[in-house]
Amino acid sequence: MTTTRPTTVSLGMPTVRHGRGNLFAEEPFTSGAARDLENATLRGNLNFAMHKIRGKRAAVVSEMPDWQQLRAAGSAIKQNVLANLPELLEQFEASFTAAGGHVHWARDADEANAIALRLIQEQGVSEVNKIKSMATQETGLNEFLEDHGITAVETDLAEEIVQLGGDKPSHIVVPAIHRNRDEVRDIFLREIDGVRPDLTSEPADLAEASRQRLRAKFFDNRVAVSGANFGIAETGTLTIVESEGNGRMCLTLPETLITFMGIEKVLPRFADLEVFLQLLPRSSTGERMNPYTSLWTGVTPGDGPQNLHVILIDNGRTATLADEVGRQALHCIRCSACLNVCPVFERAGGHAYGSVYPGPIGAILSPQMTGIEAAANNSLPYASSLCGACYEVCPVKINIPDVLIHLRGADVEARHSARSTAPEAVDETPATGTSASGASRRARLSAAARTGAARIVGAVTRRVPDQMDALMAAAKTAFAKPRLLSIGERGLPLGRILGGRDGKISLLPGLIGGWTQHRIIDAPPAQSFRHWWKRNRPSTPVRRTPEQRANIAALIEANRGRAAELHERFAAPADDYTWLMAAERAAIQQHDATGDTVADYARGTETSATTASGAADEPMKGERA
Amino acid sequence: MSEQTTSAKAEILARIRSALTDNPQPATPVRDYRQHSSADAQTVREMFIDRIVDYKARAFTETSETVAGRIAELLGESGRFVVPEGFPADWLPRDGSAGERIVDTAEAPLSHAELDQLDAVVTSSTVSCAETGTVFLNAGPAEGRRAISLIPDHHICVVPAESIVELVPEALARVDHGQPVTMFSGPSATSDIELQRVEGVHGPRNVDIIILD
Repeated sequence: MTTTRPTTVSLGMPTVRHGRGNLFAEEPFTSGAARDLENATLRGNLNFAMHKIRGKRAAVVSEMPDWQQLRAAGSAIKQNVLANLPELLEQFEASFTAAGGHVHWARDADEANAIALRLIQEQGVSEVNKIKSMATQETGLNEFLEDHGITAVETDLAEEIVQLGGDKPSHIVVPAIHRNRDEVRDIFLREIDGVRPDLTSEPADLAEASRQRLRAKFFDNRVAVSGANFGIAETGTLTIVESEGNGRMCLTLPETLITFMGIEKVLPRFADLEVFLQLLPRSSTGERMNPYTSLWTGVTPGDGPQNLHVILIDNGRTATLADEVGRQALHCIRCSACLNVCPVFERAGGHAYGSVYPGPIGAILSPQMTGIEAAANNSLPYASSLCGACYEVCPVKINIPDVLIHLRGADVEARHSARSTAPEAVDETPATGTSASGASRRARLSAAARTGAARIVGAVTRRVPDQMDALMAAAKTAFAKPRLLSIGERGLPLGRILGGRDGKISLLPGLIGGWTQHRIIDAPPAQSFRHWWKRNRPSTPVRRTPEQRANIAALIEANRGRAAELHERFAAPADDYTWLMAAERAAIQQHDATGDTVADYARGTETSATTASGAADEPMKGERA
Repeated sequence: MSEQTTSAKAEILARIRSALTDNPQPATPVRDYRQHSSADAQTVREMFIDRIVDYKARAFTETSETVAGRIAELLGESGRFVVPEGFPADWLPRDGSAGERIVDTAEAPLSHAELDQLDAVVTSSTVSCAETGTVFLNAGPAEGRRAISLIPDHHICVVPAESIVELVPEALARVDHGQPVTMFSGPSATSDIELQRVEGVHGPRNVDIIILD
């Protein structure tokens, strides 16, 4: 490998650059969600689909005895990828180049699109075929090419439905999941020239219509654009995982192939595929294996495209990497299992998230790639009930609830502090990561939250108190001084006026109005408990007779030796409890860098500050077998 | 490489290094998942058949004496089919027993349009994974280039019995990454409309697998 490590390149202070493209929510999540919740068709479509896919996934995951070991390996490999990213990317570049391909680097979406446009124009074509790709969705490649007179033909059936319908994708794996078969038929009848007028809404008929429409394009178009599921540093191998064969068509038949690949998609070794090619299909579509997976290592004479390009894209990934807690979002392999189990996604749908990355992973990925203060993306970390289901199903163990809370903290800090500096100046705040080894998980979390928030906020100038500040300050004073609290509580009866005749409050003013936006609360009681107790407590304390009191000494005597006996009983490898404790101990030993989780705390399953996250994972019945 | 790309590379690498100033030291991945099968050959073969039938492919078991006859039967009499140059001659139907045989060679490769006119393709395979019901094509002489097993609508694929392994790691270990790899698990399929699985979109819609003893 011949690489020139650019450690001597002087660029001044390295900067944190956020991503561009289709990553921004155009309105707060709650507005979009409130609107989409009114759409009964959408809710019906999603409810049906999400229940179905959850069942399929659960069935194929439960038949794997080593699922948790695969998850742990997947997570560990991804952590190592991020820790060694510069070396792996340079190794990938060297391998891919040695195999006859060309490597390009793009700092952001615009640069990636411009490189692709130049490569396409060099071939003198006006139409290119596309494999479904999140990276090109992210950069907005199709719209960009359209502006420059080049048509990008989406060849994945769902993307085709979205493209023909003038619509936006709403799901990572099945982008047209918000459409039902009748809607798809209507789109096809309206948009496809020469489609048979008696087209039914049977999925098989609709798939056939797509085959007829695209067949000639597969044979004739000389340029294709793809994403990449994995890129192997050791060999330069690229991977596409798909179902329909449109991927194989695009990877095999054109002369030129341009692959968009996020920098985090690199894997160290070819053998690492054995982990991810097991995790991805079962998590994604609930299949033991997807119908087609293609691997290609550079140019093969006489077989497939001879002009191969890969564009390595940052676009906010390095900004995400700079956050010690949030960087695990870059482990994502785009399986969408977290979307499929999310109660919020199931009801609101993917469009409410604004960005091309919807659902729980989108709620942590989009705000980090763009910076939390960008557009309405600061509303995304709140688009969750923190139930933790997303973490349990994640095949690479991304602790989404943990990162959501971290980002909520960052958002509060960001909003708390008014900024007088321009966004560019904010972006240039250098990363100030602190080494976290040895620190307890909780301390690490809060420290990282603070440094993360400070980094995201950038140069803090002056603080402008808002309603929340005023409320918090008032609460602090009142709770610190019982007399003040008592005076405040005497005002409670006033609140009953708001309750009206039915004793319900449905509209509160100002910031606290958020409480009544989607709920009705009871009017406050006529008096506080403290006041009631003062008036009603017995004048003389009740005293127990000696017979009524517990005899502590007798209890101690009765239980003497019991602790030792219990220890002995559970030390013998006999029953379920023993097995459980052994599993727990093993999990603690395997404790990886992600450590304790919010889900652990919520369930009370953590045993100490360093309890393994494995304890909260899916039932360990498989491991026991 | 253009100057612009060079500077983009330098800047991205500098950004990454700046983002990693906390110097994370993750643990080495533990590979304690199953890497070697403990099942016997018969169990693995039955598992493979179960899985490919689940995908709506058809499975047959033949010997070197009967394989040619089976291929002839699957092809029918009228069809035109393509075979790669290195496909073993003694597996092929006797001339006249099946439709017209066309050999794809490196010197005279068939065009996309010509391949589209054919009814079927007959190939061998490199390795198969039973647990997932997946067949691996690795551009060997009896497997041919990728286009021939993609465009015809009917793929008849020979899987030598000794090439069936149980686990994904075992299968990947037998693959040469220097050549293109196509893994297929049954016929082309989509679940894009209401998650209802439909077999047959752009890839071969009919897949027949012949396990050869």
